[in-house]
Amino acid sequence: MKTIPIPDPPVPALEVRSVSKNYGAVRALDGITLSIPRGELFGLLGPNGAGKSTLINIITGLVRRTSGDVKVFGYDVERDYRATRSLLGAVPQELIYDHFFTVRQTLKIQSGYYGLTGNAAWVEELLERLELKEHENKTIRELSGGMKRRLLVAKAMVHRPAILILDEPTAGVDVALRRSLWNLVRQVHAQGTTVVLTTHYLDEAEELCERVGIINHGVFVALDRKETLMQQIHNRRVTMELGARVERLPEDLASLGATLSEDGRRITLLVDRSDGSLQSLVAALGRESLPLVDFQVAGAGLEDVFLELTAEPSRGAGSRGPAGVAR
Amino acid sequence: MSLSGAASLLPIPFRTLFYREVHRFFIVINQTLLAPVISAVLYLFIFGFSLGNRFGSFHGFSYLHFLVPGLVMMGLVNNSFQNPSSSLMISKFEGNIVDILMAPIGHVEIILGYMLGGMFRGLLVGTSILLVSSFFAPPPFSHPVYLITVALLSAALFSLLGIVAGIWAEKFDDLAMFPTFIITPLTYLGGVFYSISILPPFWRKVSLLNPLLYMINSLRFGFLGVCDVNPWWSLASLAVLDAALFGVCYAMLKSGYRLRR
Ligand SMILES: Nc1ncnc2c1ncn2[C@@H]1O[C@H](COP(=O)(O)OP(=O)(O)OP(=O)(O)O)[C@@H](O)[C@H]1O
Ligand SMILES: [Mg+2]
Repeated sequence: MKTIPIPDPPVPALEVRSVSKNYGAVRALDGITLSIPRGELFGLLGPNGAGKSTLINIITGLVRRTSGDVKVFGYDVERDYRATRSLLGAVPQELIYDHFFTVRQTLKIQSGYYGLTGNAAWVEELLERLELKEHENKTIRELSGGMKRRLLVAKAMVHRPAILILDEPTAGVDVALRRSLWNLVRQVHAQGTTVVLTTHYLDEAEELCERVGIINHGVFVALDRKETLMQQIHNRRVTMELGARVERLPEDLASLGATLSEDGRRITLLVDRSDGSLQSLVAALGRESLPLVDFQVAGAGLEDVFLELTAEPSRGAGSRGPAGVAR
Repeated sequence: MSLSGAASLLPIPFRTLFYREVHRFFIVINQTLLAPVISAVLYLFIFGFSLGNRFGSFHGFSYLHFLVPGLVMMGLVNNSFQNPSSSLMISKFEGNIVDILMAPIGHVEIILGYMLGGMFRGLLVGTSILLVSSFFAPPPFSHPVYLITVALLSAALFSLLGIVAGIWAEKFDDLAMFPTFIITPLTYLGGVFYSISILPPFWRKVSLLNPLLYMINSLRFGFLGVCDVNPWWSLASLAVLDAALFGVCYAMLKSGYRLRR
């Protein structure tokens, strides 16, 4: 394969400028702008149907943008498609594979599509690292769902892409393998690969990603460093364990939005640390004599950020509108 | 230079795609090779032996000799069409078409990969039919170079048509329309089983609009040295049709028609 020259650093790994996509009447992306510097591990989050896969597919060339610009290391994804596709490796969201071939043949063919024949050692390493070695002669039908997912990851990496894009790579993968997949992602990232990761497991994004973009209805509702986003969240989740069953939630706790569990032994509520609700809570607890045995205050995680920013107005009573919005 | 040495000069993505296309039909060889050969042999028996006696002779050749080129062409075009069209349709249906759509493969390489895969299968089936029927009616191979050229161009034409159909079709039913409403009628009416000289003048004129008629007669010219049409004019039109269909495939891939949403 001809190696594609990568231009010098000011050019970002990925540059998405005002990209929109209409599927007929559906506006899947509405002017997305995003720049990913080389070497970043970026998390692309958002609820179902937000437009994540559409954005990824526009970058990989599976979907054509309606308007806007997408550049991979400065190359346009439509005009210079051979260059951009050589630089990209993508794990698609759907479990798709070619039934006619075994695991090993699949990787050999995939290498061939990228113009490679001399990458046997690397393919071997991928098989080992993704724990597919013992399944290498199985046909795709004989693989479990998690093995198929790992094969897709191996396929995306046969040509050592400069940018690795993973659209929900850990869906259906068991806990141990999820860890080893994370390690693999961290490793290739440490070796300089730019990584874009989509996931619905927010702990995964929290653990792996440096910067996070949350997309909803085709626009970014947040785009910032992970820590910065989590600091913007004012809510604290308070959990109180009770030593004895309580029949009814005290009135002044209920008015703060607390809920009592079915067994009457746990009270939970979200408090906003910016509007004095925490003080009201402490005061209320002083008035009521509850059989408290444990009291926990949990700081905001990425999940809270996510929930707050993507809450639908009709459902999310506590929604305060987007924080840290980058429209 | 050895064959594999020569092959190594071709782009790897193209070779990979060609390998995939050939491997795919070899896995289901009964369906892809044996079935068409058996049906050709059945035609040979039913028409050649039973009805053939009523036919008389064609420029001094027996009916069996007349029949073989048509049967070879029938196997050739059907299978050249089948390979890329069903491959593309299955890939779209199962989703693995994205492997090719995401890879840095040029449009021409994609077309050639699918086309040569289809041609290989078409020519393999055609040759097998020829081998089997040679037991009963060995043809004189009057114009071998012409014969090979026509076979290659015809296989290419129907492989290209298969690519167009495979990209265009949105379900298997769409694809089935091609053999049912186009290829089979045109082959049957294209003089596989009869010479158009036996037709009334009106129907003879209508038949002359059928491209398969020219292809079948050209092949017959290559095998027997005689046919119903001008073989050189046919060859030229066949080459033009090939180029035009290649252009259609190229335009479809370039625009992403039905492949890239
Ligand atoms: N081929 C298509 N034709 C029409 N509409 C589509 C098509 N693909 C996606 N959409 C629509 O575009 C919007 C965005 O879809 P997309 O697949 O990008 O969401 P997503 O963020 O990846 O969701 P998920 O988390 O469920 O994978 C949705 O409203 C979806 O229905
Ligand atoms: Mg998706």
